[in-house]
Amino acid sequence: MSFRAGVVVFPGSNCDRDGAVALAHVTGRSPKMIWHQDTELPPLDLIFLPGGFSYGDYLRCGAIAAHSPVMREVAAAANKGVAVLGVCNGFHLLTESGLLPGALIRNAGLKFVCRDAALSVGRTDTPFTARYARGQTLRIPVAHGDGNYNADAETLARLEGEGRVAFRYCDSNPNGSARNIAGIYNETGRVLGMMPHPERAVEPALGSSDGLPLFQSLSEALA
Amino acid sequence: MIRVEVRVMLKNGVLDPQGQAIGKALGHLGFDGVDGVRQGKLIVLDLATDDRAAADAQARQMAEKLLANPVIEDFSVELVDG
Repeated sequence: MSFRAGVVVFPGSNCDRDGAVALAHVTGRSPKMIWHQDTELPPLDLIFLPGGFSYGDYLRCGAIAAHSPVMREVAAAANKGVAVLGVCNGFHLLTESGLLPGALIRNAGLKFVCRDAALSVGRTDTPFTARYARGQTLRIPVAHGDGNYNADAETLARLEGEGRVAFRYCDSNPNGSARNIAGIYNETGRVLGMMPHPERAVEPALGSSDGLPLFQSLSEALA
Repeated sequence: MIRVEVRVMLKNGVLDPQGQAIGKALGHLGFDGVDGVRQGKLIVLDLATDDRAAADAQARQMAEKLLANPVIEDFSVELVDG
């Protein structure tokens, strides 16, 4: 029995189909594609919030989409324990909607950064990381202009203390993120936001398959 | 109708790379003595009310809910006459 995945599509999403392909790869079936104006979600085990430029990044990245009708349902589902994976603009959405703490601001170097990044893996007792080893180095692409993770000192200390830094940039920091943070969990470890794109690294033809174990982990945890 | 301007700025201490880039460009243009540059946003609202207190309160709610991100930004609200 494979898990039930849904991919939310916003105007301006551009990684929704990559996400769907990666999910189909491990579940053996196409995920449900969910339009941002939907006010009801089908029964799901995982919600994928894709990268892209929802609403053209107007106001702030993810700010407008965070208030779209579907996000109320996503928040309600997350509070019930449905796993949520937000990648890139999906990470923006999670911080803007308050499902994850902190905020992502303009890259410190101002440039849009599009390259492979080396990441080290934090905890491996979450639905997303069981197939990795703690401290393992992954090569996963980043592609963003606003990936600079910021939070106040208290929040950063809490994230560190509670083991909620999911991934860290471990060779060079592409965006100036505090404490080299590339991805974080919520309190329960069932909501993950990350700037790098695991869905773009699921087979050797894409240059790396280091993202595949993340989806395989989900498959084992949620099926 | 009341016109309200909501000014949104990054909090002090939050890195403002755009402000820094503007500062550098001003230096290249020969403007000396620019000790700091911060870039923000100005959002102009025309609100369908004549109640100044209500307009101010509504603009603040809008800023808290959407126009500013309290994690990284501060805002101020100003009622503009005319």
